[in-house]
Amino acid sequence: MLDVEQLSKRFGSRTAVDAISFGIGRGETVGLLGPNGAGKTTTIAMISGISKPDGGEVRLDGVSVVRDADALKRRVGLVPQDLALYEELSAWANLQLFGGLYGLGARQLRQRAEAALALVGLADRSGERVGSFSGGMKRRLNIAGALLHDPDLLLLDEPTVGVDPQSRNAIFDNLEELKRRGKTLLYTTHYMEEAERLCDRVLILDHGRILADDTVAGFKRQYLNLEAAFMRLTGRALRDGAGA
Amino acid sequence: MNTTAMRALIRNDLRLYLADRRAMIVGVLVPILIAGFFGYVFGGAGRSEGQGKIPVAVVDEDHSSVSRAIAADLTADPLLAVSALGRAAALDQVKSGKQNAAAVFPRGFGERTTRSLFTGTDKPQVVLLVDPSQVTAARVVEGLLAQYSMKEISKEAFTGSYGRKAIDRYLEQLEQLKPTPLRTDMRTLLLAARRLNDQSNAGVPADGKTHGFGLSIPYTVASTPVTARDNVPYNGYAHSVAGMAMQFILFAGIDAGVVLLLTRERGVWQRLRSAPLHRSEFMLARALATTLIGLFQVTVIYVAAIVLFKVRIDGSWPGFIAVVIALCLLNAGFGLMLATLGRNASTTRGLAMMATLLLVMIGGAWVPTFVFPRWLQEASRYVPTRWAVDGLDGATWRGLPFEAAVLPTVILIGSAAACLLVAIWRFRWEE
Repeated sequence: MLDVEQLSKRFGSRTAVDAISFGIGRGETVGLLGPNGAGKTTTIAMISGISKPDGGEVRLDGVSVVRDADALKRRVGLVPQDLALYEELSAWANLQLFGGLYGLGARQLRQRAEAALALVGLADRSGERVGSFSGGMKRRLNIAGALLHDPDLLLLDEPTVGVDPQSRNAIFDNLEELKRRGKTLLYTTHYMEEAERLCDRVLILDHGRILADDTVAGFKRQYLNLEAAFMRLTGRALRDGAGA
Repeated sequence: MNTTAMRALIRNDLRLYLADRRAMIVGVLVPILIAGFFGYVFGGAGRSEGQGKIPVAVVDEDHSSVSRAIAADLTADPLLAVSALGRAAALDQVKSGKQNAAAVFPRGFGERTTRSLFTGTDKPQVVLLVDPSQVTAARVVEGLLAQYSMKEISKEAFTGSYGRKAIDRYLEQLEQLKPTPLRTDMRTLLLAARRLNDQSNAGVPADGKTHGFGLSIPYTVASTPVTARDNVPYNGYAHSVAGMAMQFILFAGIDAGVVLLLTRERGVWQRLRSAPLHRSEFMLARALATTLIGLFQVTVIYVAAIVLFKVRIDGSWPGFIAVVIALCLLNAGFGLMLATLGRNASTTRGLAMMATLLLVMIGGAWVPTFVFPRWLQEASRYVPTRWAVDGLDGATWRGLPFEAAVLPTVILIGSAAACLLVAIWRFRWEE
């Protein structure tokens, strides 16, 4: 479904992403693991059409992000690492904006917003200001904001960062539900247990290069567990290297 | 064009504006309060008793009929609020700003002025103590002093005892000169003046009226305010409301630019960029939202001005609306331009505030441009804010027709377009 070929990005003399290639099948959940500065967020930004690649190509069912970004964007939902919410407004008003950006009409928008809020467990809080929400609730609403246009591919950039374990579990439940519904997920995290629980495949990224691409079971066979694999491949612990 | 997305963006900007109740209230209440203050200072809705009188002290060290008469004339003048003080008290009050000026009539003033009227020599000196921050007021006092002095001194010369003495003394001096045609004419004139003086002092005429022969200005002035219609007094609030509305709309433009800069620094920016939204759609939506917010502000401010300060659109309503829309468009362009030129929110806000206050001052929003030096008046013609104030003044208290609003509207829209061009040129959409 998603094909990434020789994707590159430079910032001045620094190469953030160095000709990486990988593919994701429909309904597959892929984890992108890497320390801070490995190139995870830059890769997500190029796939979502935010950032133009300096080289290479991203295709979603053959649609190129370089040649037809709008068509690709309509099928991709992005959950940014920074909360993409207006805290001054209600949850409902936030979703109205995000749905409107994808051209949803009032009726369709209402249905999709209700469904998204129900999925993340915020249906009864839709009229409240986002500023009054807990960190976990904001993270869940952040995910809901990416679901309104019913994307085929969901890009999640550290969606559980900075939340308590209970909220993390709630978010995780939401993502598992999306997985059950057949959504394709590309997920960056520095929590090994999340990757082990959720991902079908894991890509380990460092210095802009993919160091390993295997299933969780494959990593376990070769390295005992994901953490050991990560330390062996990058030479450092994931938590030490990854920023919040 | 993705109009649904644009509508969503505009609606969101309006919601953000309305969500910040405190900022919204400040944005409409503060300009009304400041306009009320400036409007009152510059004349209010019609001049009231005591308003705008120049405080001036008179120090009469002469106590002659002449000095007393001049002091009485000054006291009766509607432009002045006269206090009779001693020299030391007058000096203190001018120094402390309680009096704009003080006129000191020295001892011997009446006699010497009457004499020097004929001889042109030995003129006494009237000291005018002046508050240097009130030069215009001091000039008004100087002018009125000259007017009333000429009247009372000439009256004294032709009808008073000092005059009689002065004529006699001058006649004695003439007798000692060689006979010339000029001396003969002067002697004839002085003898006639003496006869006039004698008759004036011979007693009260049968009609009971005493007749002075003082020289006075041989015309009267009817000062007529040229406003929208006859008998409509100038409303000082109309100008100040125009100025303050413009100033606070520009402040709202700064806020719009700063919000855009802050959005870039937040996760929302990534969500906007990941949506199928084009740069032109985004910028147009921002410009329209800022324009609508500006229109809301102007509407509230002018409704309050009409209700509270009796400001009227005495000119063309279409002209007024055209100028207001053009001003709000300029504001939208200004806000977007700031957002594209600034590096971060805090420094941009500081620099933009400074630039806005300069534009507003030069545009005549605080004080009318006619009080500026000539070069600054000319310079202000190159500032769009001056045209906004002129356009609003024209549509309100000046009562001008639609044609008068065309040039200000065109200049404001042209300036808005220039700001938008800079914004489009500089706006970084791609990462």
